[in-house]
Amino acid sequence: MLAVIIIPCLDVKDGRVVKGINFVGLKDAGDPVEVAKLYDEQGADELTFLDITASHEKRDIIIDVVKHTAEQVFMPLTVGGGIRNLDDIRILLKAGADKVSINTAAIYDPDFVREASFKFGAQCIVVAVDARRLTSPLTKDEIYAMAQENIKGGYPDVLLEEEDTKGKGAACEVFTHGGRNPTGIYAVKWAKKMEELGAGEILLTSMDRDGTKIGFDCELTSKISDKLTIPIIASGGVGTLEHFYDGFKKGRADAALAASVFHYKEFTIRQVKDYLKERGVRVRP
Amino acid sequence: MVTVIDYGMSNLRSVVKGFENVGVKVCLTSDKRVAAAADKLVLPGQGAFSDCMKNLRDLDLVDVIKNHIHSGKPYLGICIGLQLLFTESEEFELTKGLDIIKGRVVKFPEEEFARMETKLKIPHMGWNSLDIKKDTPLLKGIADGTYFYFVHSFYVKPEDESVTAATTNYGIDFTSMVSFDNVFACQFHPEKSRSEGLKILKNFGSLTLHQI
Repeated sequence: MLAVIIIPCLDVKDGRVVKGINFVGLKDAGDPVEVAKLYDEQGADELTFLDITASHEKRDIIIDVVKHTAEQVFMPLTVGGGIRNLDDIRILLKAGADKVSINTAAIYDPDFVREASFKFGAQCIVVAVDARRLTSPLTKDEIYAMAQENIKGGYPDVLLEEEDTKGKGAACEVFTHGGRNPTGIYAVKWAKKMEELGAGEILLTSMDRDGTKIGFDCELTSKISDKLTIPIIASGGVGTLEHFYDGFKKGRADAALAASVFHYKEFTIRQVKDYLKERGVRVRP
Repeated sequence: MVTVIDYGMSNLRSVVKGFENVGVKVCLTSDKRVAAAADKLVLPGQGAFSDCMKNLRDLDLVDVIKNHIHSGKPYLGICIGLQLLFTESEEFELTKGLDIIKGRVVKFPEEEFARMETKLKIPHMGWNSLDIKKDTPLLKGIADGTYFYFVHSFYVKPEDESVTAATTNYGIDFTSMVSFDNVFACQFHPEKSRSEGLKILKNFGSLTLHQI
């Protein structure tokens, strides 16, 4: 049977790993290739690069990083950030990425996911869903106004309904631009829609939990995991070894992604796997 | 040196870099004359079975591959490169393969998987382990139960099970590696399976004729 998947995520800006890491034994802790190799040694199952370079003109840099990584690290590599069109995907795959993660471009034009999946195969299309729990009810007009601004064609079937927004923290809305822009889209419906359009995986990030270290949003994760048949990667909020276990058991995720706990050496990937194995979760040694 | 066939059906960079990483020289070609002169042939591949067969036909590579195998020279198939060896595939419509191995390429039982307590997803994607069934030079140095990276929705069913070198369990036990005479092929991606995967590429690259 399949093992669960542990994915370290590297935030890369202008070709350098950001966040104040200080790895012992690395010649250059800001070099994504060096960090990728370290995670490889620790037993990572996959790697994700999130390119947070602001300028689209500088795309050559991340492509170079991908090329060098793929020459030295032999495991699945996903690249996200700034992917706008089929050409962006083609170039990344050619450079050695195995999957791309699409976020804002999917919301602006959901058909982009269908085209990308048809062209390159569902297995290399990951749709990143950044979700945030509603803190106050929304009216239909408010929801539609946000949707008009963000989605080509409106896509009314994935929007929140007034009823959804009334319960206490029940519904999660999809956000773009790193959690800044609300869209009026209901995360659960959106994830299902992405699956229908050909996404191969969903990378689900709880924007409420991101950076908090209080654990994954297991309620939201399980809700989406139960509704979809494609793999779900849980992200956002992991702070302890037990959080990983909960993500798989309570959240029913297929994979867990984390950045800072690995960056800041709070524990290694090896420690996560040993812990999971002790508690009866199937991991790759 | 190994010759990797580029027939437009997969990203070959990882395969090439994987071989190079373990000191095996690689020639990448879509030219049938170059492929026909190869000592060791590697056929990777992703995507739809019928598209793969069509591209091989368009490039006049079908007979080249068959002749290579019949001449007794080493062949390594990866993913679709394994499936193409079979008589036919049920993907979309029934499509004829290279028919080197009698048998069929079939889909995982979707409905059965959906009814299971822990529902199994298709494609079978991720790390899964090998149950080694017989000795093969390609698995030299690889322990039973080692994990490799898989991405596929279809699996091979050989009529003669003695070709199976390893099986993997995903709801059912399926053939994840075949090995007989000069023919080797795996459903998983050695080029994505870290150091254990690279060992397989190295074992293929260093195969000598007396081993097969």
